[in-house]
Amino acid sequence: MSAKTILEKLAVLADAAKYDASCASSGTVKRDSTETKGIGSTEGMGICHSYAPDGRCISLLKILLTNFCIYDCRFCINRASSNVERARFSPQEVVRLTLDFYKRNYIEGLFLSSGIIRSEDYTMEQLVEVARILREEHRFAGYIHLKTIAGADSGLIALAGLYADRLSTNVELPTEEGLSSFAPEKKPETIRKTMASVRVGESEAVEAAKSRLIGKAKPPRFAPAGQSTQMIVGADAARDDDILKTASNLYSGYQLRRVYYSAYSPIPDASRDLPPVRPPLMREHRLYQADWLLRFYGFERAEIMEGATGGMLDLNIDPKLAWALQRREAFPVDINRAPRELLLRVPGLGTRAVDRIVAARRLGKLGLGDLAKLTASVKKLLPFIVTPDWRPGKLTDSADLRARFAPRAEQLALAL
Amino acid sequence: MREVVLAAPGDFAEWRSAARGLLANGVAPEDVSWCDSAAGASLFGEAAAPARAGAVALPRELLEIAERVICHRDPEVPARLYRIIWRAARDRLLLARATDADVDWLRKADKAIRRDVHKMHAFVRFRRLGEEAGRERFAAWFEPAHRIVRLTAPFFQRRFTGMDWVIVTPDARAIWHGETLVYGPGGTRDEVPASDVVEDQWRTYYGAIFNPARVKVDAMRAEMPKKYWKNLPEAQDIAPLLAGAEARVERMREAAVSMANPLTDKWRTRVPDELALDDNVTTLDGLAKAIDRCTRCPLYCNATQGVAGEGPEAARIMLVGEQPGDQEDLQGRPFVGPAGQVLDEALEEAGLDRTRLFLTNAVKHFKFEPRGKRRLHQNPTTGEIDICRWWLDKERALVKPDLIVTLGASALRGVTGKSASIKSMRGAAHELEGGTKLIATIHPSFLLRMPDRARAAEEREAFVADLIRARKLAA
Repeated sequence: MSAKTILEKLAVLADAAKYDASCASSGTVKRDSTETKGIGSTEGMGICHSYAPDGRCISLLKILLTNFCIYDCRFCINRASSNVERARFSPQEVVRLTLDFYKRNYIEGLFLSSGIIRSEDYTMEQLVEVARILREEHRFAGYIHLKTIAGADSGLIALAGLYADRLSTNVELPTEEGLSSFAPEKKPETIRKTMASVRVGESEAVEAAKSRLIGKAKPPRFAPAGQSTQMIVGADAARDDDILKTASNLYSGYQLRRVYYSAYSPIPDASRDLPPVRPPLMREHRLYQADWLLRFYGFERAEIMEGATGGMLDLNIDPKLAWALQRREAFPVDINRAPRELLLRVPGLGTRAVDRIVAARRLGKLGLGDLAKLTASVKKLLPFIVTPDWRPGKLTDSADLRARFAPRAEQLALAL
Repeated sequence: MREVVLAAPGDFAEWRSAARGLLANGVAPEDVSWCDSAAGASLFGEAAAPARAGAVALPRELLEIAERVICHRDPEVPARLYRIIWRAARDRLLLARATDADVDWLRKADKAIRRDVHKMHAFVRFRRLGEEAGRERFAAWFEPAHRIVRLTAPFFQRRFTGMDWVIVTPDARAIWHGETLVYGPGGTRDEVPASDVVEDQWRTYYGAIFNPARVKVDAMRAEMPKKYWKNLPEAQDIAPLLAGAEARVERMREAAVSMANPLTDKWRTRVPDELALDDNVTTLDGLAKAIDRCTRCPLYCNATQGVAGEGPEAARIMLVGEQPGDQEDLQGRPFVGPAGQVLDEALEEAGLDRTRLFLTNAVKHFKFEPRGKRRLHQNPTTGEIDICRWWLDKERALVKPDLIVTLGASALRGVTGKSASIKSMRGAAHELEGGTKLIATIHPSFLLRMPDRARAAEEREAFVADLIRARKLAA
């Protein structure tokens, strides 16, 4: 076997990394190279430098250090029993690629993950080494996202947090049963423990910053962009309710910045018992909407599930609308008087529109014409709101309200 | 009618000084016509008067927006901006009037500029020219929708401080050699090399990171409009990638499931974790491992870890709490959260050394209800306490304390197996089966929850008194 070229390795190890949905480069501290005269900056807002035809943003160089793996998770393209082509980068090769791409403004930074080789600790050490070289030897100030290998020593996690902006540990499957049947080597409690050590690292860094004696002293930051995780949707039997339950446990317990939901999509050389179907993209989309309701709209999981059937979100309408249709007694809401929390519950009003409404109504009563300037679409709001020039009357309680919003059922092709 | 001729369209300083002059002279917006030098001044206009001293105060936010919006290519922009500052000078709340037509226009124009700036930050592609005096040199050609080179160049300076670069656009260029940012005239595409060696790698990456099973062309084009494609090296691959996508997915679907990789077993071989068996646990360490693996009740499903007791095996006094809280669950140690702090202070006051005590809980996993970003503590049921006594009994058997102090009702239930009120047990020492003495007191978190300060102080005193009693009893 001849040694692979960088190009060949890149093809294998980027292909192997694409099933991780996360590509965010936002939410970290502001820093730049003015002082160091090096390369790199982060400005809070992430930048997507390109988009693939799958609609996903390309912000980071997302690759695996290696796709050799001693685990045999059946949903994973890199599982030990897969016949996929294998490759391995040296830390120096990853550093080189990152810098070459960065200097040409292709990327915001690096998202490095890896198959498990030898042991969890060894693998984590290798990932940390790449980040160390970038930060210490090249003064690289761009974004670094490292995968934390569940079960790796907490000392290594602590080190990773010093170099990385973000750390992530993937839950992959939301339920205990799913994980034990599809990923026998992965233990949910190991994953949670790793997340807990990241969380402890974060709060210790915050404490250290608070209790410093010299105001100007800069105690080291710990993963300033926080931690995230990913769950695969549609590979096992887990319902949306299970997925959101796990998500709210993770958000509350480990202060995750994001939970990513990744529709299971067919992989080459798939394991026998996986659905060779199209990825459930609409289900993924609804889960993201529900996730947003949890984090920014003051919804609890149980409320979101009021609009669901059998633990599954409605695929035809968004979860806030589904909830509102079950809770008609809460509507219509007076745009000019309702508190912010209530406005957030109106289907069709996003957080930004609500902020604009609250600011604008201080200066005068808002009618439908004004709303048109403050929100994307007034039409969707009509059954749920009251303004001086609009009352929905019976519309709010009408039986065919759902039909107004749900996409029309397509007529089946007539047989000739 | 005043006429203002702008020599450099998009130059904020020039527009600002003209606008200031007009504003100071009280010239109404309808009496000014604005045009750029390329359009040619009308023969009949009077030239604008120079600015007088005493500038009119304007909201800072408006000036920041104006500095961006002046870069907009819409020829109406200088006039509309002037009208808005004219109005803002008379109406301090103007910017907050989101439903006002001028403000609405301003916000939209500003949004267009900010989007254009963001896209320029994203889509500029540098090509390497070579190296000079140890510094790498790069050049890029870019065609922004508006005249935004001055708005974007500082970003590239902050980011690419350590290399020399030039960004050429049709209107202007920005040049950085490591000292000061310099602006120059616009240029043409052929000033920048047509390729870069790394572009092959970048295109390989672009192709490999694309998932053919989830084609979403509209989502891509919404964020990366076609007008940018001609300057993006990866964009030439979009069409072939899309053309081959369906077939690639079809091949994945049709390919028969192959035999497992013959090396699977070899790769998977590893040293198995030593299993801590419940029955032959003879050390506190072994017990802690076994507790962490406990699945005797469903509480383990959501908690991070089982939190075992902590302290010397030779401890004479054992303190039993209710269950780990948020911090204990994260750190894997008992009494390290807020209630633990209250306990530590009370212990010190009572003259007890925490390091010589054995601290544990009646229930080893954290029971909670997620609420937004917090986990709300939930009381364990008697059933859960009774199931978990299995572990508490093992800890008691190993440590063999002379005295057990139960903190709160759950701890009392965990130790005695019976539900009794603390009130009925408090103040006296009791004797458990086997001769171990028992003192029942409150849980320190009770003190944290009391809103009435005076009562809390009283309760705290009684709590410390209980601890002092325990110390004397064990002495």
